[in-house]
Amino acid sequence: MKSLKASGHQLASSAVQLQSLHDEVADTLQLPLFHEKLQDAGLFPLLPNQPAIFQVNVGKMCNQVCKHCHVDAGPDRKEIMTRETMQQCLDALAKTSIATVDLTGGAPEMNPDFRWFVEEIRKLGRHVIVRCNLTIIVANPKYNDLPEFFRQHRVEVVSSLPFYNADKTDRQRGKGVFSDSIKALGMLNAVGYGQPDSDLKLNLVYNPNGAFLPGSQDSLTRQFKRVLFDEFGIVFNDLFAITNIPISRYLDYLISSGNYDAYMEKLVNAFNPVAAMGVMCRDTISISWDGFLYDCDFNQMLDLKVASPVQHVQNFDVDTLSQRTVVINQHCYGCTAGAGSSCGGTTA
Amino acid sequence: MTTPDNLMTTSDFQSKNSLFSFIYQDSFKQMETYYNPEDLKKFGKIGEFQKELADKFFSYYGSVFAEGALTAREKSLIALAVSHTVQCPYCIDAYTSDTLEKGCSEAEMMEAVHVAAAIRGGASLVHGVQMMNKAKSLSM
Repeated sequence: MKSLKASGHQLASSAVQLQSLHDEVADTLQLPLFHEKLQDAGLFPLLPNQPAIFQVNVGKMCNQVCKHCHVDAGPDRKEIMTRETMQQCLDALAKTSIATVDLTGGAPEMNPDFRWFVEEIRKLGRHVIVRCNLTIIVANPKYNDLPEFFRQHRVEVVSSLPFYNADKTDRQRGKGVFSDSIKALGMLNAVGYGQPDSDLKLNLVYNPNGAFLPGSQDSLTRQFKRVLFDEFGIVFNDLFAITNIPISRYLDYLISSGNYDAYMEKLVNAFNPVAAMGVMCRDTISISWDGFLYDCDFNQMLDLKVASPVQHVQNFDVDTLSQRTVVINQHCYGCTAGAGSSCGGTTA
Repeated sequence: MTTPDNLMTTSDFQSKNSLFSFIYQDSFKQMETYYNPEDLKKFGKIGEFQKELADKFFSYYGSVFAEGALTAREKSLIALAVSHTVQCPYCIDAYTSDTLEKGCSEAEMMEAVHVAAAIRGGASLVHGVQMMNKAKSLSM
């Protein structure tokens, strides 16, 4: 399977996606636009808090081609952060007190400077989260020692596992992914990750494998913990239930499966002002592989840069950025539906 | 040969008058089936005709499906099974979505449907005993 970009799909264009979402909400469904919902809730314009998370997307290259991927990542994507841009990120970080650096991709470990970057961030005393797709650990012998590398640097590992069985997981993430993920989880457990008395955090990310919203995060956590332990002896800390955001490949899935109208209607009607108050973009700065700044990873993929004179990490300035308003669009309904959704799970 | 107006087919009528075809298209559409999937979204509006009882029902309904001695997940699977027993298309749609959202596997969902089928089938078969009793009482 190729990425939308490599296959020349029209939804590879962020402008086409944004237009489609606008037309869907305003014209087809005749429902309020996102800024109108925020206005009704007294939350427009959406203002940021002091940034708490410095999220860096170190590249779109990935060993998987998941059907729902908002990054449109895959082996055919060559956009990779250079060491020079990483150094600019480190310089920016050093000027701030932002405590957490969240590394994502693609498969971030495929960036040739990934390990150097983690080591340098740790030298600055910051907590590191890696969004690891698990299968990368067993994809090639050169990655087999990643659990040990993570352990040495006290990295928090956050990994996608959309279901506790092979059938559903493989349908979303590719054949054999569940089996490889279980192997990788076992390797992480073996060095101490997710164990009850360990401070090495291993969190899983659940996202629905279809056109429906996630259920209760607590209930899903109980179910995942029971099945993964009973059937595979796997342990983990927390499970983050996140909503699929209607962009990129997931948007393509919604349209091609005939679920677009019903899904968007569900998202809009499930708008929750409490979830809107807790959206992650208020606490996050997202940096792209080429150093540009965004309010979140989804805005990054839609090429919606921060509304600030500071738009690149080489000019990073927290005070200037704190004057901005968060850039919103119709995809934001995904983070404000029901119990809310963020990189750390539910928000309401 | 011209067909009299009162014997026109729907498509003849629609092509003859675009304004009327627009109006009739809707009513013909509604006449295709007694069940309209869009009606599920209007369930909450039954209070328009009798608010007090609707309010009581929805309050009760919400309490029934809350976490309790049974989890909300278990209740959703029961509801899915019962939906098949009462053969309610709205309920089947609603509780298929709900069980998926609650992280039920497809095997669990189908097993719930088999429970409904087994009870329905068993309910017929157990009456076979009554038939046997009667047959024996009438026979030498």
